[in-house]
Amino acid sequence: MTTEDWVNLGYLAAAVCFVLALKGLSSPKYARRGSQVGSVGVLIAVVAVFFGLQSDDELGNLALIAIALLIGTGVGAVSARRVRMTAMPQMVAAFNGVGGAAAALVSLVEFEQAGQETGWGALAVVFAGLIGSVSASGSALTFLKLQELMTGRPVVFPGMQVAMGASALGAVVLAALVIATGGMTALVALLVVGLVVGVLLVLPVGGADVPIVISLLNAFTGLAVAASGAALGNVLLIIAGTLVGASGTMLTQMMASAMGRSVTGILFGAFSGPSSAGSTAAVGEGRPVRTASPEDVSIMLGYAKKVIFVPGYGLAVAQGQHTLQELAQVLESRGIEVSYAIHPVAGRMPGHMNVLLAEANVPYEALREMDEINPEFPRADVALVVGANDVVNPAAQTKGSPIYGMPILHVDEAQQVVFLKRSMRPGFAGIENELLFNPKTSLLFGDAKESLTKLLQSVKNL
Amino acid sequence: MTDPIVLLTIFVLAAFLGFEVISKVSSTLHTPLMSGANAIHGIIVVGAIIVLAEAEGGWEVGVAFAAVILATINVVGGFVVTDRMLEMFKSRPGGRA
Repeated sequence: MTTEDWVNLGYLAAAVCFVLALKGLSSPKYARRGSQVGSVGVLIAVVAVFFGLQSDDELGNLALIAIALLIGTGVGAVSARRVRMTAMPQMVAAFNGVGGAAAALVSLVEFEQAGQETGWGALAVVFAGLIGSVSASGSALTFLKLQELMTGRPVVFPGMQVAMGASALGAVVLAALVIATGGMTALVALLVVGLVVGVLLVLPVGGADVPIVISLLNAFTGLAVAASGAALGNVLLIIAGTLVGASGTMLTQMMASAMGRSVTGILFGAFSGPSSAGSTAAVGEGRPVRTASPEDVSIMLGYAKKVIFVPGYGLAVAQGQHTLQELAQVLESRGIEVSYAIHPVAGRMPGHMNVLLAEANVPYEALREMDEINPEFPRADVALVVGANDVVNPAAQTKGSPIYGMPILHVDEAQQVVFLKRSMRPGFAGIENELLFNPKTSLLFGDAKESLTKLLQSVKNL
Repeated sequence: MTDPIVLLTIFVLAAFLGFEVISKVSSTLHTPLMSGANAIHGIIVVGAIIVLAEAEGGWEVGVAFAAVILATINVVGGFVVTDRMLEMFKSRPGGRA
């Protein structure tokens, strides 16, 4: 067998690893093993590619490759280790963005090395470059939104549709130009237009929809990688990229349906019709709400039979998971039934809250999924909503509301509702929550962790 | 480059495999699965290494060098963060690791 055969066998092994990784990641039991198998696959592929290089003539850049790998490993590993679990969604967005950028850059260099050929090769290059750059700038923007470096609300400006149409048209013209004539300038221009398209695509996406867009852009990057593979004639890149593109599309649809949204609605929803999100935000100012002291709330909790906790992103930001779990234990020692109601998109991403609570050693059985817990709210004496807002907003059942159709936790059916909130500010979706003004609702303002600590103290003193 | 029809065949079959391989995933695993898939497309590092190895002349080397760094960040960071997420599920009663 030639060296090339061995390299290709290595690629085959890596491809098998990736299939097994995706398979494993979709089952709770084998998820971690799946992720490990995937990383082994990458390792095999990188070793294989180095063996492949030795049969080549140009080895002068080997040192550069090693340096780049070291820098990348350092940056990647350190940022992934350091990031707080609450900031994970934007971390994934960032990793996705750099992957998309890498695919676009690879296609650019490959185009030059292949002699700027036209036809099939150029078609693959054009796909990789365009999709890769859309994914890169789109991911960068989702990162800014989630990191709260810019507003999380949908951003729409007059003439946006025209701008979108013009850049889409420009992309098509430039792509055709590259395929027909093979010009490098046209390709670079195409990448720039791709960056603009990515920004325009993500700007109008707001609030809770951002994670779904990350998943979509993740699938985009997969396709860009597959197209790079086609340009390079590398089978492994085609397989791995396509696997991610296809499974990422499925996952995007699953996430969207878990939130009662359609993918096209998310991407193009803000274009059609005025965004009512902004206008309703101010309504709450000056309306009476009922506030309660930690002592009031502790009495409600301490003499209840059944309490349901509804944790949200605010809890995670305040790092109050551990205190909440302590409160649960104290209540349970008083013979009170405590469960956690987990909305599928509590936190900032589907499944995010499960990760955060697992980190705080909340037993898995205490975590109840939405469909399972919703019928139990009418029997609950107190629903304690900690740092959540949109996922319990009854507006989701009102036609015309921006979050209409999103499945919610029916907290409003509990006997009493207590919100631990920092302020009257609306949630990530930017809309007012009527439940805050309901007579059976009490509000305890303050940082979630501080409020919980005070609550814990006064429940212990009962 | 390799016969386009062969590449197209591989692409179509891989797409079917990708659709089939994840069918029903509980929402608990959506985030780790996305993160894991995100790490897998970091395999573009292989393509980046290939173009850097063959790069001659200033801008080619520079761009390919950047591509290797970015792709490595994607793949290493992606797997590390996925593993960190999944690590937290390990102490579940009933489930072995």
